[in-house]
Amino acid sequence: MSYDAQFRVWRGDDEGGDLVDYTVEVNEGEVVLDIIHRLQATQAGDLAVRWNCKAGKCGSCSAEINGRPRLMCMTRMSTFAENETITVTPLRAFPVMKDLVTDVSFNYKKAQQVPAFAPPPGLEPGEYRLAQIDVERPQEFRKCIECFLCQDVCHVVRDHEENKESFSGPRFLMRIAELDMHPLDALDRQHTAQEEHGLGMCNITKCCTEVCPEHIKITDNALIPLKERVVDRKYDPVVWLGNKIRRRPS
Amino acid sequence: MSEIEKHNYDVLVVGAGGAGLRAAIAARQAGLRVAVISKSLFGKAHTVMAEGGIAASMGNVNPRDNWQVHFRDTMRGGKFLNNWRMAELHAKEAPLRVWELETYGALFDRTKDGKISQRNFGGHEYPRLAHVGDRTGLELIRTLQQKIVSLQQDDARAINHEGADEGKMKVFAECTITELLKDDSGRISGAFGYYRETGGLVLFRAPAVILATGGIGKSFKVTSNSWEYTGDGHALALRTGSALLNMEFVQFHPTGMVWPPSVKGILVTESVRGDGGVLRNSEGKRFMFDYVPPVFRGQYAETEEEGDRWYEDPDNNKRPPELLPRDEVARAINSEVKAGRGSPHGGVFLDIASRRPADEILRRLPSMYHQFKELADVDITAEPMEVGPTCHYVMGGVEVDPDTAAATGVPGLFAAGEVAGGMHGSNRLGGNSLSDLLVFGRRAGDGAAAYVATLKGIYPAVTEGQLREAERTALTPFDVATSPEAENPYALHAELQQTMNDLVGIIRKEEEMREAIEKLESLKERTPRAGVEGGRRFNPGWHLALDLRNMLVVSLTVAKAALLRQESRGGHTRDDFPKMEPEWRAKNLICTTDGDEVIVVEQPMIPMREDLLELFDRDELAKYLTDAELPQEVQSS
Repeated sequence: MSYDAQFRVWRGDDEGGDLVDYTVEVNEGEVVLDIIHRLQATQAGDLAVRWNCKAGKCGSCSAEINGRPRLMCMTRMSTFAENETITVTPLRAFPVMKDLVTDVSFNYKKAQQVPAFAPPPGLEPGEYRLAQIDVERPQEFRKCIECFLCQDVCHVVRDHEENKESFSGPRFLMRIAELDMHPLDALDRQHTAQEEHGLGMCNITKCCTEVCPEHIKITDNALIPLKERVVDRKYDPVVWLGNKIRRRPS
Repeated sequence: MSEIEKHNYDVLVVGAGGAGLRAAIAARQAGLRVAVISKSLFGKAHTVMAEGGIAASMGNVNPRDNWQVHFRDTMRGGKFLNNWRMAELHAKEAPLRVWELETYGALFDRTKDGKISQRNFGGHEYPRLAHVGDRTGLELIRTLQQKIVSLQQDDARAINHEGADEGKMKVFAECTITELLKDDSGRISGAFGYYRETGGLVLFRAPAVILATGGIGKSFKVTSNSWEYTGDGHALALRTGSALLNMEFVQFHPTGMVWPPSVKGILVTESVRGDGGVLRNSEGKRFMFDYVPPVFRGQYAETEEEGDRWYEDPDNNKRPPELLPRDEVARAINSEVKAGRGSPHGGVFLDIASRRPADEILRRLPSMYHQFKELADVDITAEPMEVGPTCHYVMGGVEVDPDTAAATGVPGLFAAGEVAGGMHGSNRLGGNSLSDLLVFGRRAGDGAAAYVATLKGIYPAVTEGQLREAERTALTPFDVATSPEAENPYALHAELQQTMNDLVGIIRKEEEMREAIEKLESLKERTPRAGVEGGRRFNPGWHLALDLRNMLVVSLTVAKAALLRQESRGGHTRDDFPKMEPEWRAKNLICTTDGDEVIVVEQPMIPMREDLLELFDRDELAKYLTDAELPQEVQSS
């Protein structure tokens, strides 16, 4: 049942580092995170890795396994051949801090730039009435565990550091879509999605959807509908005319 | 001596789960400057693991529900050892705290008339748990996280800035507090810790500290808890001179995964049973019908047919015994496995596949489906799960004032959530944790704000000597690393977990607990020699070496209190004292420390207020209370 696997793990910090080879025991039913923990306990006590729930619910143990962004706790060892070398590297789109731990503060900054849910005026707590069918659309996006794999894989920032300033990434564009679809949210989200969060830079290659461990259809259900709403408004001649008239100085 | 970063705040909240964030919101809304310390990244706290829901008697599904019924259920679940004032406040305020979440942007599942839907859960008389599928904890943490951001945005707007302003409320992510500091008069003056990412040391000067650090599960081998649950707040409270109570009561959730080994202990939500799932042994028998204890007889169905009818017609049928409180179900599973009627991997079967259509299972339990599919290769819509007890929650914790959450004995110290004791008595009902976090998180934030106001701006001081001592302690694991007697912190941790699991686990015996205490004492000698390789930057070996100290002292309180309590009640089952004793119900066990020594003493409980006693039948009270405690006027009848 047990065998020795070959692991290559990136070790280093912001000043540099390298892949280090390890031979490590693997038991039945284990996931990559178990193996990383065994390395910590037996061969590399200071190996840095983030993790919390070990059940795919917290989104902490994101890394790139054989080059693919994944949660280490949800990657079963049985998906690899026993003689395969498994390479584990930190998320590439974010600056390395140490070993498998990266500086993900970019995401928290972007989160702060999305205006919060605006409660509808005149409704007291306990008076909210919503149909299940209406909450289901935004609920899909609220399944997000903020593992930031979508932020890591998105080519708009993965290979273009300079885009980070003007692009919030799939996670936070989806957050805007979520608020836009919230039946009671009182703010207009569509203009800022385009102008401030870089919705237009997304060219719907669906990489984010592909890596999402929660299987959220980020592109189809959040980003494309949001794009459509923005476009509808921008190019709708009636809306255009209405805006012109309203903006005329009195 | 290295450079120590210094900050000044009015309130320091240690812990960024449900209780900590709700406390921070309350303190900020009271106008104070607040720092939130998060051991992990912001939004990863253990609260995300909560699945089933938030208990609140909103009466949306069954209008007969109200706070009195919720109070009764909570006291029954805790076998009347609960701090009744906490249980009362909790039952009364939980609906307000849930409704408030909607104004922060939470999106709960709905009833047909558009209200918040509520589901059945163990020990709750009516459908009571507000929920979002089986990921309610995630919704709670994200909602509170987003509310914090929203308050930071308000603060930015107030000074005509865009985005968020962190000047008045800031989350310090991946930061661990190692010591609380007091001034000469014994009042809280601040807290000392380190940043995980850089290894840099940091001092927070603050006259009020709210502990919201969660539980202690990482002292046990099989647990649903994450690495953060090392009893930090419990240990900090002890070291600061406060007290813990009810530490012998540890909840083993009846349904954790048992296979594969690497996921052993991961939680399988009680909602599976609330939504129709049943437990079977290897003979295919629904064994829970054999395990209804005398105190609950008459409240649960006696036949499978009646139990099954209850899901559709709860007013005319009794609930199935699969929905007994968790301690009862966990013990029953343990007995079945011991009797040789377990599943292939040492658990029992939890079957929803044969009882509900696949699409309903997928809709109501999506993350359970996902978890079993991905981790165990089991399709829960087609086959039963294998489950067994897992260490899940500690009922014991810091002794607090129910109304303000102020900790005993230390002015300026507060505690809320799992780290606080009393609310749940000897056993917590599912769903009562998330509501506890919100109700007492808010009360702690308000309590701390009221305390800070009494200081009129003159805050207790921190001395240089205190700082240097805290620094020395924090860096010890590096100093001892080169010693020939250095110990591996991972190995020490594994020994500790095995000891607690084997000797102070779900079923306890005097000689085993004595053995455990002996082992823990010897681990206590060895722990200061836990050494670490490498530097201070994100070094998990170092973090563990420091956490071990907390796990050890907390494990000792559990073992020592468990040895003293000679009865079985809730999350404390004695093989040698199998009965529940009314004399023991009237007593709490209080743990303090003197230097390194853990001291446990008995303390009488305050008798329940009369109007609350009147919510129960005398017959039921007689199962729990001593004759002297029973209400006078009806005693003669």
